[in-house]
Amino acid sequence: MGEYFDNMNGMVLDVLKEIGNIGAGNAATALAKMIDKKVDMKVPKVSILEFKEVPELLGGEETEFCGIFFKIEGDINGSIMFLLEMESAFNLIDLLMPREERLMDEFTFSALQEIGNILSGSYISSLSGLTNLNMHISVPSLCIDMAGAILSVPAIQFGQIGDKILIIENQFIEPEGNESVKGYFFLIPDVESYEILFKSLGVSL
Amino acid sequence: MSLVHKVGMADLKICVPPDVLSTLGLGSCIGICLYDPGSKISGLAHIMLPSSELIKNNSNVAKFADTAIIKLIDDMVTAGANKRRLVSKIAGGAQMFAFTSQNDSMKVGQRNAESVRLILKGLNIPILADDTGGNYGRTIEFYSDNGKLLIKTIGHGTKEV
Repeated sequence: MGEYFDNMNGMVLDVLKEIGNIGAGNAATALAKMIDKKVDMKVPKVSILEFKEVPELLGGEETEFCGIFFKIEGDINGSIMFLLEMESAFNLIDLLMPREERLMDEFTFSALQEIGNILSGSYISSLSGLTNLNMHISVPSLCIDMAGAILSVPAIQFGQIGDKILIIENQFIEPEGNESVKGYFFLIPDVESYEILFKSLGVSL
Repeated sequence: MSLVHKVGMADLKICVPPDVLSTLGLGSCIGICLYDPGSKISGLAHIMLPSSELIKNNSNVAKFADTAIIKLIDDMVTAGANKRRLVSKIAGGAQMFAFTSQNDSMKVGQRNAESVRLILKGLNIPILADDTGGNYGRTIEFYSDNGKLLIKTIGHGTKEV
């Protein structure tokens, strides 16, 4: 145990990137089904960053973001969070169920929870298929607030093993309307679940 | 002109008047402001976890409540602050995501706040303001001129304590 991300060899990083690719691919397919339109996806960017670098990537600690958080339970435990800027969040809602106005109301909240549920669920199911590990996600919990404050949640969980955070950046594009949605996945296994996860992928740490 | 010193996550800094210490977007983390009203030397730590014990990779002292407070006091005393005069103001420790079945990992904000209070009490440092808890983020600015702490939020107002 210890400095996973500090001592991470190329192989482990490649595996994490591949999980990011496959998971995001399935999430894009799920999104396309949900809106009944073609959805293109840019190649996901998987990065391991210092805590302090993450807010810069997101445009500052005080930028308003929407985070949808799930607990992962099963053979491995942990959590997954899908994070997107409010502009992207409303673009997603417009694709799913266009409305006259962009309102911060119950409709918006439950639509975002449902979108987060489908995207994170397809992500986790591809991870489950890849590892042969049984895992499922909890009901969603939504938070709309400053990026820094939302990020503190995965950062604290990663903070128990090091000073770095694993972030998977995805960009989905709906070619017709040219609407673009940029979202970030944070996959955070519990400390004791890392070994199980990597072992099942045939990687020794 | 006063300078604003930005304190990042798992980071700590000190300053003297007329400068300002600031940390943006505190969630479950805690911003701990220490102040010597005599010399006006000020310190701010942005901690993430309640304790460095039980954590193997604990080289970053600013990450943990116990080690960050000690380091902050050391830095302030080195700069000329009187340890016995120190007072404190704390903010943060929110629970950003709510779940009906609570487990410990989701309550880290609360555990952070409890740990910070206990450590400050043990060091006989009075807590003059305590704005912790809730389910929202906070941006804080500490003014070394007068020891005031400004707390800003999205949708939960702004206050000075």
